[in-house]
Amino acid sequence: MGGDSKYLGLWYVSPYIIGLLLFTAFPFLASFYLSFTDYDLLSTPEWVGMKNYEKLFTRDRTFDKSLKVTLIYVFTTVPLKLVFALFIAVVLNYRLKAINLFRTAYYVPSILGGSIAIAVLWRYIFADTGLVNMGLALFGVEPINWFGDPNTALFTITLLRCWQFGSAMVIFLAALQSVDKSLYEAAAIDGAGQWQIFRYITLPLITPVIFFNLIMQTVQAFQEFNGPYIITEGGPLKSTYLLPLYIYDEAFKSFDMGYASAIAWVLFVIIMVLTLIAFWSSKKWVYYAGDKRS
Amino acid sequence: MVSYSELPNPAHNTGDAPTQLEIKLRRKARINSALRYTVLAVIGLIMVYPLIWLVGASFKTNSEMFSSPGFWPSEPTVQGYIDGWKTSTPYTFGHFFLNSLWIIIPKTIGTAISCTLVAYGFARFEFPGKNILFATVIATLLLPNVVTRIPQYLLFRDIGWLDSFLPLWVPSAMAGDAFFVFMVIQFLRAIPRDMEEAARVDGATTLQTLIFIVVPMLMPALISVCLFQFMWTMNDFLGPLIYISSVEKYPVSLALKLSIDTTEAFAWNQILAMSVLALTPSLVVFFMAQKYFIEGISTGGVKG
Repeated sequence: MGGDSKYLGLWYVSPYIIGLLLFTAFPFLASFYLSFTDYDLLSTPEWVGMKNYEKLFTRDRTFDKSLKVTLIYVFTTVPLKLVFALFIAVVLNYRLKAINLFRTAYYVPSILGGSIAIAVLWRYIFADTGLVNMGLALFGVEPINWFGDPNTALFTITLLRCWQFGSAMVIFLAALQSVDKSLYEAAAIDGAGQWQIFRYITLPLITPVIFFNLIMQTVQAFQEFNGPYIITEGGPLKSTYLLPLYIYDEAFKSFDMGYASAIAWVLFVIIMVLTLIAFWSSKKWVYYAGDKRS
Repeated sequence: MVSYSELPNPAHNTGDAPTQLEIKLRRKARINSALRYTVLAVIGLIMVYPLIWLVGASFKTNSEMFSSPGFWPSEPTVQGYIDGWKTSTPYTFGHFFLNSLWIIIPKTIGTAISCTLVAYGFARFEFPGKNILFATVIATLLLPNVVTRIPQYLLFRDIGWLDSFLPLWVPSAMAGDAFFVFMVIQFLRAIPRDMEEAARVDGATTLQTLIFIVVPMLMPALISVCLFQFMWTMNDFLGPLIYISSVEKYPVSLALKLSIDTTEAFAWNQILAMSVLALTPSLVVFFMAQKYFIEGISTGGVKG
């Protein structure tokens, strides 16, 4: 607004600047520094050069295992969740009278899913004699030892996060509803089938939100903590010992702040590289119409 | 996917009897919507059933809990609630609810005020470094917390804030939740400036304009911010786990984890009963204000 000092805006954003410096920028740099030190909270940090990283990549079996299960977890959970969210959004995007009712019902798990109470519930429904096995018994399926088998334990956490598909779905639904209906009419008149219309009209038009959901869900999945901490406690045989859990144990149980920072930085670099790849590749597959989103 | 009912009606003259094509299309549309309803209802039921079971199981006896997949208790009892409420600590569960509330309220108010100021600064003013600063908002949105957590802990330890609620309040009160800042900026950018400019012409200061003109228009966005912050703080586990060490200050999330660790072996219904109570505030808030949630995520995009 004309006439005001050009620094006036800075006053309004000053809380953000202070918070950014104190709670984000400084810790970000400090953790990079700490990752090159040996620090047990009692003495002062001692510079050890590349020792932490060297140990991580050459001698730490736990890290190998943890990194592997983290990648498996992220690369199964994110696609499953997004495909499911998109599928439901597409089914919902129709002139159904009960659309709002369904949208609400599907959204409830997203609201509650992060809660410890839901993680507790998950422990009970996947227990040996829990709800899931009792349900499977109705169909004659033998009970599955969900938490005892390294192959299925991680999947219970994947299922928990897929159960929370609601927020991704609401974003997809909003995008689907903003697609210009006249495009559908034109395609239908030209004789395109429903699948063709979806594949060649709807899908390209909603790539911006697919991209957005993909990035947000991936960054989030890499940081999954509550699920494995409460439901499986990292086990069995460390099959659900995701990297955030390892970082937590190193930092706040073993008080090895330097080593924990090094793991955190490896995790950060992985997330950053994947995000950059996504942004770089988005030029090829994300379609931005001039005035799509207001 | 496109629906046939959305297509222009081929029979423009309403007096005509429906054509063969029209009958076919209508039948197809009916089958289509019946199919959609079935898929949605079945999936919806599967999704909501664990929650229904949770509520039912919290009224079951321990012996009945794992005997059938049905949710209706054969001999309903509130013993789980009575025992669970007492907890194995010197405090009742009510105490932990008050702790949660005492974390949530200052944090939410701080978030709403700081986000309003910062969003106003970004959306309505030009100042040196604005673009770079705004880029940091986006970068922080994507920055994994895991990389800043350890030094943050060390910082709060050095200033003596451990085992207090300050580490949970202060970063949010400094507009530290980039998602909320971003959401309010987006909302504010979509609001026309006419009224603000008129107020400025009439001699109002920018702060007066903010309080009397902008804030009332921002209300829907601010309500969304408060609701999400309420919900996320209620659910937050890692923050209290790292910063709060004395049981006296535990919020509900830590108290629940404590109750699993101490009563796991046999008192299932106590834990489930307290889980139901822990979910209740979020559910009540959601159903009272679901419109704001849906709008909030549709405008800003959200994690969860």
